[in-house]
Amino acid sequence: MNSREDILGRVRAALGRDAVNTVAVRQDIDAVLAARVQGPRPAMPTDLAALTARFAEKSAVQSSTIDRVANLADAPAAVARYLKGLDLSLAAVIWPSLAALDWRAAGLAVEARGAVDSDMVGITGCFCAIAETGTLMACSAPDHPATVSLLPETHIALVPMSRIVPGMEDAWALARAELGSLPRAVNFISGPSRTGDIEQTIVLGAHGPYRVHLVIIEGE
Amino acid sequence: MESRSRHFKANAAASLANPVLQANLKTAKGKFVDKRAISIKEIDDFEGSREAAKNIRNRVLENLDLWLEKFEENATARGATVLWAKDGEEICRHVAEIGLRHGVKKAAKSKSMLSEEAGLNLALTAAGIRPIETDLGEYILQINDNEPPSHIIAPVVHKSLDEIADLFHQVHKTPRKTEIPALTREAREVLREHFLTADMGISGGNFLVAETGSVALVTNEGNGRMVTTLPHVHVVITGIEKVVPTLEDLSLLMRLLPRSATGQSISNYVSVLTGVKTPAELDGPEHLYFILVDNGRADVVGSEFQDMLRCIRCGACMNHCPVYQTIGGHAYGWVYPGPMGSVLTPLYTGLENAIDLPQAATLCNQCGVVCPVMIPLPELLRKLREKQVEKHLRPWFERIALKTWAWVAGNPPLYALGSWLGVRYLKWLAGGRDRIPVLGVAPGWTLGRDFPAPEGKTFRELYAKKKGR
Repeated sequence: MNSREDILGRVRAALGRDAVNTVAVRQDIDAVLAARVQGPRPAMPTDLAALTARFAEKSAVQSSTIDRVANLADAPAAVARYLKGLDLSLAAVIWPSLAALDWRAAGLAVEARGAVDSDMVGITGCFCAIAETGTLMACSAPDHPATVSLLPETHIALVPMSRIVPGMEDAWALARAELGSLPRAVNFISGPSRTGDIEQTIVLGAHGPYRVHLVIIEGE
Repeated sequence: MESRSRHFKANAAASLANPVLQANLKTAKGKFVDKRAISIKEIDDFEGSREAAKNIRNRVLENLDLWLEKFEENATARGATVLWAKDGEEICRHVAEIGLRHGVKKAAKSKSMLSEEAGLNLALTAAGIRPIETDLGEYILQINDNEPPSHIIAPVVHKSLDEIADLFHQVHKTPRKTEIPALTREAREVLREHFLTADMGISGGNFLVAETGSVALVTNEGNGRMVTTLPHVHVVITGIEKVVPTLEDLSLLMRLLPRSATGQSISNYVSVLTGVKTPAELDGPEHLYFILVDNGRADVVGSEFQDMLRCIRCGACMNHCPVYQTIGGHAYGWVYPGPMGSVLTPLYTGLENAIDLPQAATLCNQCGVVCPVMIPLPELLRKLREKQVEKHLRPWFERIALKTWAWVAGNPPLYALGSWLGVRYLKWLAGGRDRIPVLGVAPGWTLGRDFPAPEGKTFRELYAKKKGR
C-alpha cells in the first residue's frame, strides 16, 4: 500500500468515513469554501483619510518610513529626496510596471528587471496595502518580480492611497475580484526584515532590506 | 531526531546545575510574555478570536481526510506535486529523490520542525546534498555541530551573546564581534551567498490553504522568502494537520499566531505561495513539492487527544510555563519542548519513551489560558498520566504506593487510624512550630519550602466533635 492510502486510510477509519457521509461532507466543504465566513475583526476607520492615517501610523510601528506626494508623477522626486537624505545609491532596480515614470529627471538611474545581489535599492509598487497592520501586499507577476522587494538593502514602495484597505480579508477580496486566481507568490511585507534570535534583541536587516520607505500617492 | 526524552529527569537536573544556561534563561524570561500581553490588546475581541480559531482548526480535523483531498486537488491543479510520508525516513527519502531528479547539490532551508523530527540534514548530507540552515538561530545551531533547538520559534534562546560571538569567531575565522547587529550582518553575508547558489529551497508550512492549494509561510528574517524565490526547486515539508479552509480563516489565524509567538501584530513577511512560476515570470521555483507528513499524527485523529492537532506552533505555552522557564528546552529531549512538547512527544514517539514528560508540569494552566487555539493542555497531560497508569508504565514503587493508598482509602476504619496517627506524628515532628523544615519521609519535598504542620486533630475528629455538640 502506498503512503497516501495508508495515511488517509487510517484517518478515514478513525473518523468513521463511509460512502454516504463522504458525499455529505464534500458538500459541506464546498459550502464552507463558498461562504468564506470572516472571524471577529478589529474596528477600522471607514473613510479613506482616516484609513491612510492608520496605515501610516502602523507602518511607522513596523519601522517603515513614510512620505506623501500628491501625484504619481511626483514620486521620482520624492524617492530621490529620500535616497539623497540618507546618502544612499541613486541607482535602483525597479518593477518593469513602474519604469515609465520619469526617473531620469529626478536624477535616478533605474533598471527594470529582477533584482540581483549587487542591487542596493529596489523600487516597487504594491497590489494593495493594509491599514490594520501597516502591511504591503505584493503579488508576483512578470512585471512585478518578487526579488526587487527582497534582495536590495533599501526597499522603496509606491502606495496608491485608493489601494489602502482595512484588513487582510479585504485584500483577498480585491485579489479574487481583480486577479481571479492567486498569483504564484503573494507577499505581505510589514517593514524591514529583522531577527530577534540573539538574546531576543531585535536587529533590522536580517536577510532582506534594512530599510523600507513608503511613498503614499494621494491622487492615485 | 532520536528522542532523549526518557532521560528527562537527568536532563532536567543537568539543566538546573548549569549556571550558564540558568543565566541565559533568566535573560530571556518574560520578554515574549510581556510583548504578547501588550499586542493582544490590539484585538477588540481576543477571546472571540481564540474561539473562532479553535473552530477553524476543529472544522478541518473533524473531516481531515476530505480536507486533505481538497487541498491536494487544488495544489495539483496549480502544478505542484503532492507526496505523502508516513515517517521521518520517508521524508528523507522523498527529499533525496527530488534532489537527485533535479541535480541538487545545495539546499537552503527555512525553519522546519518536521525536518528536525526526520533528522533531514544528516540524510541530505549522506545523499550528497549540502543542507544550509538559514534562519539565524538554526544557522547558529548548525555551525555548532548540529546542536538541537531549545525552542520552536527562538531556537537559540538558551545561548548568550558571548557564546555566539565565540562560535562565529571560530567557525567564520573572522575577528571576534561583540555587537548583535555586527554578528547578524556577518551571518547575512555568509548566508546570502548560499541563497544565491542553492538549487533547492526547503521550508516548513505554517498553514496549507485548501481553497487555493497554497502554503502560508511566516518569517521575520526574510529567509522564508529567499528559499522560496531564488532556487528552482521548492520543497514544503508539513504535517497533515496544517490545513485551513479559506484565506479568510488564514487572516484570522494570522491575527493570533504572531501575537502569541513574539508579541508582534504581524510577522514581517507572510508569504502565500501557490503553484510554480509561469514561463514569463522572472523569479520563483519551476518545481514545487509538498510532502504531507503523518509521523504519528494520523493515529491522534479521532482519539481523545485530537485537540492537540489544533496546535499552530506559536510557542506561547512554553513561554508561559514555569517548568520550561526553569529547565529550558533541551531537557525535554525531542523536537518539541514545553507543555505542547510534553503532549506531542509521548503521542508521536510512544508513551513509554517519554515517561516523565506528562509529569513535567504543575498543571497550573498558564499554557491553557494563553493557547490561541484553546488546547486544554493540562487536561491532555492528565489523560496521558492516566494512560501511563492503565498501561502499567509507572515505576513499581509508585504503583505499589498507589495500590496501598487505594486499599487504605477504601477501608474507612483503617483510613481513620492512619490519619489519626499521621497528624500526631507530624505535630510531634513540628515540635511546637507551625511548619516542618525537613520532612523525614519525603526530604525532596522540603528542599525548597517548609511543610505546614497540622493543628493536631484530624478532620474526622473535629467533625465528630462538632456533631456531638
